[in-house]
Amino acid sequence: MTALSALPDPQGFFGDFGGQFVAETLMPLILELQGCYEAAKDDPAFREELAYFQRDYVGRPSPLYFAERLTEHFGGAKIYFKREELNHTGAHKINNCIGQILLAKRMGKNRIIAETGAGMHGVATATVAARFGMKCVVYMGATDIDRQQANVFRMRLLGAEVIPVESGMGTLKDAMNEALRDWVTNVDDTFYIIGTVAGPHPYPAMVRDFQAVIGHETRDQMLEKEQRLPDSLVACIGGGSNAMGLFHPFLKDESVHMIGVEAGGHGISTGEHAASLNGGEPGVLHGNRTYLLQNVDGQIQDAHSISAGLDYPGIGPEHAYLHSTKRVEYVSITDQEAIDAFQLCCRKEGIIPALETAHALAEIAKRAPELPEDHLMVVNLSGRGDKDMTSVAEYLGDSF
Amino acid sequence: MTAQANATDVSISRITQRFEDLKAEGRSALVTFVTAGDPDPETSQAILDGLPAAGADIIELGMPFTDPMADGPAIQKGAQRALKAGQNQRKTLEMVRRFRAHDQDTPIVLMGYYNPIYRYGVEAFLNDAAEAGIDGLIVVDLPPEHDGELCLPAAEKGLNFIRLATPTTDDARLPKVLENTSGFLYYVSVAGVTGAGSASSEAVEKAVERLKLHSRLPVAVGFGIKTPEHAAMVARSADAVVVGSALVNTVEQAESPQAAIEGVHSLTRALAQGVRTARQAR
Repeated sequence: MTALSALPDPQGFFGDFGGQFVAETLMPLILELQGCYEAAKDDPAFREELAYFQRDYVGRPSPLYFAERLTEHFGGAKIYFKREELNHTGAHKINNCIGQILLAKRMGKNRIIAETGAGMHGVATATVAARFGMKCVVYMGATDIDRQQANVFRMRLLGAEVIPVESGMGTLKDAMNEALRDWVTNVDDTFYIIGTVAGPHPYPAMVRDFQAVIGHETRDQMLEKEQRLPDSLVACIGGGSNAMGLFHPFLKDESVHMIGVEAGGHGISTGEHAASLNGGEPGVLHGNRTYLLQNVDGQIQDAHSISAGLDYPGIGPEHAYLHSTKRVEYVSITDQEAIDAFQLCCRKEGIIPALETAHALAEIAKRAPELPEDHLMVVNLSGRGDKDMTSVAEYLGDSF
Repeated sequence: MTAQANATDVSISRITQRFEDLKAEGRSALVTFVTAGDPDPETSQAILDGLPAAGADIIELGMPFTDPMADGPAIQKGAQRALKAGQNQRKTLEMVRRFRAHDQDTPIVLMGYYNPIYRYGVEAFLNDAAEAGIDGLIVVDLPPEHDGELCLPAAEKGLNFIRLATPTTDDARLPKVLENTSGFLYYVSVAGVTGAGSASSEAVEKAVERLKLHSRLPVAVGFGIKTPEHAAMVARSADAVVVGSALVNTVEQAESPQAAIEGVHSLTRALAQGVRTARQAR
């Protein structure tokens, strides 16, 4: 087997997954980006600038917090939260956005585009675009705009133009199509900040590298607190950037069990879900080969999840690879299970998690009680739930 | 086996034969794009069957896909109409089989995205496409970096793999794009999605000249060409003129299936007239 650190290969493949499946118009741009990223990541000046913004602007390192009350509640594994929701803009998304906008600056681009689902990546992109004085256009599905109005307003306050996408179901997949159409049209001045570990190479590797700060910090912090590595890591997965960021620095540590949690929507058997690995087949979409929700004719099917950030019919290609090698275990959690865990976390820990994150919390609710007290479990608290008040209230039949 | 080999032999020559014949006539080819199954299977078959008589020299038949990332609103909507009416890959191949029952000369090129082919199975798809009488493929999201996926296997079956060159394809990259291209080269005259803005006469002429320096293949020019006048202008320098969104829009605007058929054929006649008079008018 190829060493994990050596992946992807020069064509952007993780085993059978990944690649650069884009129109010819974009190919020269992607190759240019690839070259610039390779140069930047080995440039001490770039790394220093990135470290500066991670510390003083994003607020890193984020704490590794012992979730004592939740641990007591489950009466099993010792649970730690990696507090990515404390980052500037309230999620892990900004780790990647800071990295990519520094790259955009280095490449002389001055117009930023992005796709967003729940709006967290859109807000993070609008934030860094404001900070670096660049024009910003965010594509967002019309359905998502309805359920994430607060984030839409935040993006506008930050000076971004939010363009509603009506095609398809009006969710993340459609927003990504529209962002790609923008990019193919505005090839000279535009930098596309993809928000997850998907898309054509080099995006899956580049976004992973920018998010890997999560796992590197977790390793150091756990060694300091417990003098050993964690036993398991749990993270939710839409495209999979917060999970890849946490997992990647531990892939070579065989003792560390990793669990990626997909959105099961109403349940895999209902067909209304967003679990690409557990309910999809390999295919090619948005520049990469990966697992996709699709019908027998290769038409992409709409995903369903209560969480707009997980509502995507694909998954990053490196996750598809880690699924095929069985290095990471991938499971799914339903809307109802996520809502239950969401409420439990609010009441036991005084932390309102994002609905996306609540899927990871629901998985620990299943596992932690069965595990011994010396089992060290880390859950990536990838985002905060302020944006989800309307969705949760609606689900609970409540109003405010 | 022999039937397939025969089909392959015929398909190798069909595109090249057509360009040679038109060269002798001293004019460009009109390439018309319509989406298979748009707005419904029967109407779409009638549109396809009547295109040669209306003046189409080569037909691009769109394979509908849910996520056409390089297409503008017109072709996006055409694909949605077709999918809603139940179109799939097998039905698209069947359309061509029926067309071939009465037309052995007009080249047909399937155009679309990779996933429906990948899901069908590359080997099975190429066999079925060759057998149905398809001459070539244009697959938007398969750049030369991925020639092993479909381009090279297609060539082995005698199917032309037609590549897009764009304004972003510079001289350094062009040889890579041309390497395994056959049939003709499709020049996308503007950076953008289908049906969007259009390039100037001078820009097209210059681009065609540049491509001709690198390749002996006929050069087709498309994206944003909507009217007979515009088609005539492009036909002065290009070996072929591709019109798609304008025809698909005609289907959308038609009030009945019959009006859709007549609308597409009538626009095709006007475009063919433009292409045929282009070099005389010079």
